[in-house]
Amino acid sequence: MSANGPLAGIRVIELCDEKGAFAGKLLADMGAEVVKVEHPAGDPTRAYGPFLEDQPGPERSLWFWHYNTSKLGVTLDIDQPEGQVLFRRLVAGADILIESEPPGRLATLGLDYADLQPANPGLIMVSITPFGRDGPRSHEPATDLTLAANGGFAWMNGYDDHSLPPVRGGGHQAYHTGAHFAVMSALTAILARDAGAPGQLIDVNINAALNVTTEAGSYTWLVNQGTVQRQTGRHAGVSPSMPSQVRCADGRYVNTGIPPRRGADFTNLIEWMTTLGLLDEFPLLPLLELGVLRDRIDLSRIAEDAEVREIFGAGRQAFEFVASRIPAYDFFIGGQQRGFQVGIIYPPEELFDDPHFVARGWPVEVDHPELGKSFTYPGAPISFGAAPWRIARRAPLLGEDNAQVWSDLGLTAAEIAGFRARGVL
Amino acid sequence: MPGALSHLRICDFTGQLAGAGATRFLGAFGAQVIRIEDPVMQGRWDILRGMPPYVDERRGGNLGGAFNNHNVEKLGITLNLRTEKGKEILRQLIAVSDCVTENFAAGVLDRWGFTYEAMKAIRPGIVYVSNCGFGHVGPYSRFKTWGPIVQAVSGLTFSSGLSGQPPAGWGYSYMDHTGAYYMAIAILAALRHRNVTGEGQHVDLACVQAGATLNGPALLDFTVNGRRTRREGSPDANRSPYPAMAPHGIYPTDGDDNWVAIACRDDDDWRSLCAIVGQPWTAELRFATTTGRLANEDDLDDYIAAWTAAHDRFALARDLREAGVPASAVQRPGERIDEDADTAAWGLWPAVHHSEMGTVRVDGLPVHASETDWRIERSAPCLGEDNDLVYGEVLGFAPAAIAALREEGVI
Repeated sequence: MSANGPLAGIRVIELCDEKGAFAGKLLADMGAEVVKVEHPAGDPTRAYGPFLEDQPGPERSLWFWHYNTSKLGVTLDIDQPEGQVLFRRLVAGADILIESEPPGRLATLGLDYADLQPANPGLIMVSITPFGRDGPRSHEPATDLTLAANGGFAWMNGYDDHSLPPVRGGGHQAYHTGAHFAVMSALTAILARDAGAPGQLIDVNINAALNVTTEAGSYTWLVNQGTVQRQTGRHAGVSPSMPSQVRCADGRYVNTGIPPRRGADFTNLIEWMTTLGLLDEFPLLPLLELGVLRDRIDLSRIAEDAEVREIFGAGRQAFEFVASRIPAYDFFIGGQQRGFQVGIIYPPEELFDDPHFVARGWPVEVDHPELGKSFTYPGAPISFGAAPWRIARRAPLLGEDNAQVWSDLGLTAAEIAGFRARGVL
Repeated sequence: MPGALSHLRICDFTGQLAGAGATRFLGAFGAQVIRIEDPVMQGRWDILRGMPPYVDERRGGNLGGAFNNHNVEKLGITLNLRTEKGKEILRQLIAVSDCVTENFAAGVLDRWGFTYEAMKAIRPGIVYVSNCGFGHVGPYSRFKTWGPIVQAVSGLTFSSGLSGQPPAGWGYSYMDHTGAYYMAIAILAALRHRNVTGEGQHVDLACVQAGATLNGPALLDFTVNGRRTRREGSPDANRSPYPAMAPHGIYPTDGDDNWVAIACRDDDDWRSLCAIVGQPWTAELRFATTTGRLANEDDLDDYIAAWTAAHDRFALARDLREAGVPASAVQRPGERIDEDADTAAWGLWPAVHHSEMGTVRVDGLPVHASETDWRIERSAPCLGEDNDLVYGEVLGFAPAAIAALREEGVI
């Protein structure tokens, strides 16, 4: 068992704003050495909330904390010629450069792939941009929201009531989706290089990433030009489907998943309702009992067979009835223990106390020595058996690793001080 | 130049999207993905094989449109693992593979006798990546999931809604796609670790765990500040308290179910928007700063929505973007696929020829690599389509031996 993560030994330079910082985090938490390059004034996301105790400040951004774990932090002004020289030196020793600058900016500074690769033939450069490096829309302004609208997420998310607007989807998933492809393709290029390929330039297009992360939205159109329509809490579809989201007795919600279809499901449902003392209150019990007698409900016959329709409908209504009478967590556990694919709709913060997430070691403590405290962070997205995912350190303070990183590149303390005095670092 | 991953062979049991999406990515970059299916059940381990959408009125296990989309650039073989011979052939295949992948319910491969330890004994350094909703370990490991349940439990459904409304969730299996992305990352990272150390491993991917990390700043707002997302007025996924932006929303436009997304990142964007709106309310002092606009966001959104309602969404978004303000029509699938200049120029929708479905377009990849780019030319395999190729060329069986296996119901 290695304590260094599966990507130990890979050196990454990250020049990313909110579009790419997550890719750097994923690589860093898996053990790559990721050096985050910030302007001496600090990365703009240091001004993004939420903030420690709600007080803004460059070292208080919880956004920055989250997206920059396990990274080293250096400052560098790449608009200054001296800064460009230092950037080239930094990248000369790297395996991967990951950047999300506006298309064309690095070329203007003499820092694009063609400028950097000769000194480092194995260099893998990953550019993350809203519409690719040189496509017809490359220079359009975009955010997570407008990308979600353009790329297909928003059309599919929302409510049965179409007078309510489509919904972006929470948590900045447009940027996350671009970052996922950045990591997948960077590691693909690393494995190719391990097998003899040269370094290469990888162009990650966030709009394209969203377009191919829409499941039936895209393939229904591609296969037969059907257009899916959004529905509350369930798959958008060409044809409407029945609701599957219920507010429980404690005000939390559940997804009732797939209703009973086999005789054994109806047996389990009746046992569940009996255990809960709810059986006598459910008026459609006779239909559930008919369900017990059936080996399987043939849903393909639901249109023409009234009894199939009634039995299936009663099972669905029983789910809704049970859910409305008990807390959401009890519905989730009670249903799953009986083989039903149901789920609690957790507010994200409640995961920290969930026994499964705790048992799998998902909440992790991260030390903030500068504050004399530690805080609980969301932990591993992937449970590696050897070489575990880990947060090696909290996000870097501004310029925290300047001395180490620049001296490792051969700069003397006096040179570093000089660059700092001139605002290069 | 060979493909980026053409030196790799994947012994692949994945299906649906959460698993198949991972090996699809590897296959597009050249990995030899050998997809194993059950001849007894006609491949219906993967229910998508025969599921809609369909190209025409024909139905059948080779005609599912989603299956074709998710399994391009893979070889398809049949293998009956109920038989001892089938298990022996699987051992031979594992012995020449770099990675074994599956997204069965926890324990299926173990019950066939193919635990990680057993596979490691066959092939030292083997990478085994399993992907299931709750993973193989933990109190919920026997629970069942599909995308919407993963999204519900991981917090993503809750965080995707509007203020004052129930959760809207995701109108598709975002976490099947994204679980597949994490599975691909897991495979690639574990193979890199093997390249460097020689050590293989079992990666126990749980989709809920991957999904749980995707609300990061909100999670820290709770653990650091004690603020819950479940509170009055929260969450509202169309707004942006952080990074602080207002207006920031999806607004109605002219026509039926037509919408435009607008985001003002700062006061410059706001002033550009005001110049285009040209109505007196834009001069109200309470809207002059981002802080003021966020504090008065309900009123602001009412004004914006009243203004956008009379406009064409594409023309409006274009005018705003030309003024530097991020804006986009909420595009329907047909619009973003067939009318968006970006996806067309990118080559995002390659066509594959399927022997039964005909020529069908599929999802491409949103990355281009300068030296070893992806390629999607081959459709999903029909059931057992590559038996001769894999058993003959990869495992070296003689044609007569393959015929005998077919006869005996082993393949």
